[in-house]
Amino acid sequence: MQSKRWMKSIATVTLAAALAACASLPSSAELDRQAQATMKASFRDQGIAKVDRLNQDLGQQACSVPSAPSPELVKRIEAESLATIKWPAGGRYFGDWREGEKLAQNGRGMTWTDASAAPKDNGASCYNCHQIDQKEISFGTIGPSLWNYGKLRGVKDVTDPAALPIVQYTWGKLWNSKAYAACSNMPRFGHMGLLDEEQLRHVMALLLDPKSPVNQ
Amino acid sequence: MKRLWIGAAGLMGLTLLPVQAQKSSADAIAEYRKMLEDGNPADLFEAKGEALWKQKRGPKNASLEQCDLGKGPGVVKGAFVELPRHFADTGKVQDLESRLVTCMAALQGFNADEIAKTPFGRAEQENVTALATYVAAASRGLRFNLPQSHAEERRLYEIGKRVFYFRGGPYDFSCASCHGEEGKRIRLQDLPNLTKNPGDGIGFAAWPAYRVSNGQMWSMQLRLNDCYRQQRFPYPGFGSEATIAVSTFMGVNAKGAESIAPSIKR
Repeated sequence: MQSKRWMKSIATVTLAAALAACASLPSSAELDRQAQATMKASFRDQGIAKVDRLNQDLGQQACSVPSAPSPELVKRIEAESLATIKWPAGGRYFGDWREGEKLAQNGRGMTWTDASAAPKDNGASCYNCHQIDQKEISFGTIGPSLWNYGKLRGVKDVTDPAALPIVQYTWGKLWNSKAYAACSNMPRFGHMGLLDEEQLRHVMALLLDPKSPVNQ
Repeated sequence: MKRLWIGAAGLMGLTLLPVQAQKSSADAIAEYRKMLEDGNPADLFEAKGEALWKQKRGPKNASLEQCDLGKGPGVVKGAFVELPRHFADTGKVQDLESRLVTCMAALQGFNADEIAKTPFGRAEQENVTALATYVAAASRGLRFNLPQSHAEERRLYEIGKRVFYFRGGPYDFSCASCHGEEGKRIRLQDLPNLTKNPGDGIGFAAWPAYRVSNGQMWSMQLRLNDCYRQQRFPYPGFGSEATIAVSTFMGVNAKGAESIAPSIKR
């Protein structure tokens, strides 16, 4: 009896020690919670960049991990994102590719050193991540090359009904990239109010207009 | 005469950059860096930092020579490549800059909160950057080896990983958007993959650094601060837990990488 109790207390001590070693790192779920608290506590408002920028939506939260979210979640994010796309008034998809090129070159906007968050003060930042016009050698490689974007997709006349699927896809991709890839690295230019419809039309022309230097 | 020639070659190197850069912006910068090797302006900050370390300053009129950067009071060499680490006296994991501020408060009587609130490049913050440059330089050529024996160090690594992958803001960016893959660029700027050891003198092993483009000495805290600005996030507090955690994540990942800090950047 005595020794049994003694054994039991030894076992308890051993178990406690083992637990202490394990418990030195909280559970993954607890670490997730702590990391959220760390983010909330570590940032403050500065200019137009307020702390509410850290309030994540479903997609931002699901894509904050090294691996892809579950297939069900991916499907849900893509479906919900697709539903947010606002199609252009009167089916007017195209503006001036020259203005589009200016926007593509302009990587400014939305930082705490920018005075305004209005679309007119934002660039489209395209060259930061994509090759577009081959003449511009200073381009990033996070996104795919968009050189000959329209030409490669057989767009000879943007008003041709046969071109409509790629025209709509491109508008949708610019409006909310997550409609087609839940964890896309690309910002949601329309959905997040980064560019207005007129600016998006110009970028559309840069990519798809047969006269655009991109399609020569 | 020789100096003038080197200066001219340096300028030529810069103007040649955009042409060569598509193929090898990193090579061109390495070449430029080589040309400036005898004259990296970071040396001036290093010398200033060393003087500040030894100078009696602050309300307590004391030097920082008894400051414990993790390897015992006064030990500077080798400290940089083991930071951030846990400190028993503060009960916190601290990076180089937040630790320096702790020492400035404890030994010299400066107000730590006031320094943390001071913008980069001004007043005592400018001194913190110079001190960090001096401490980093004393570990030049040594390899990163952050301790992970304390539970809090391991916890901060895990928090740092989550901070690194945290997506938010109007652009949906996280650190991983730019630094999660091999061989990517923004415009012509090569982006190190910071989820692993990116190589000797790259990423965490290169800062503090002198930036040629704006003529400023940038500490790691300022490097992170500007990353978050470009991520379109709100403003990270100096020495805030998110910045220490993500530094721990990058520092542990860089295990074995040779430190070239203070380096020179475009």
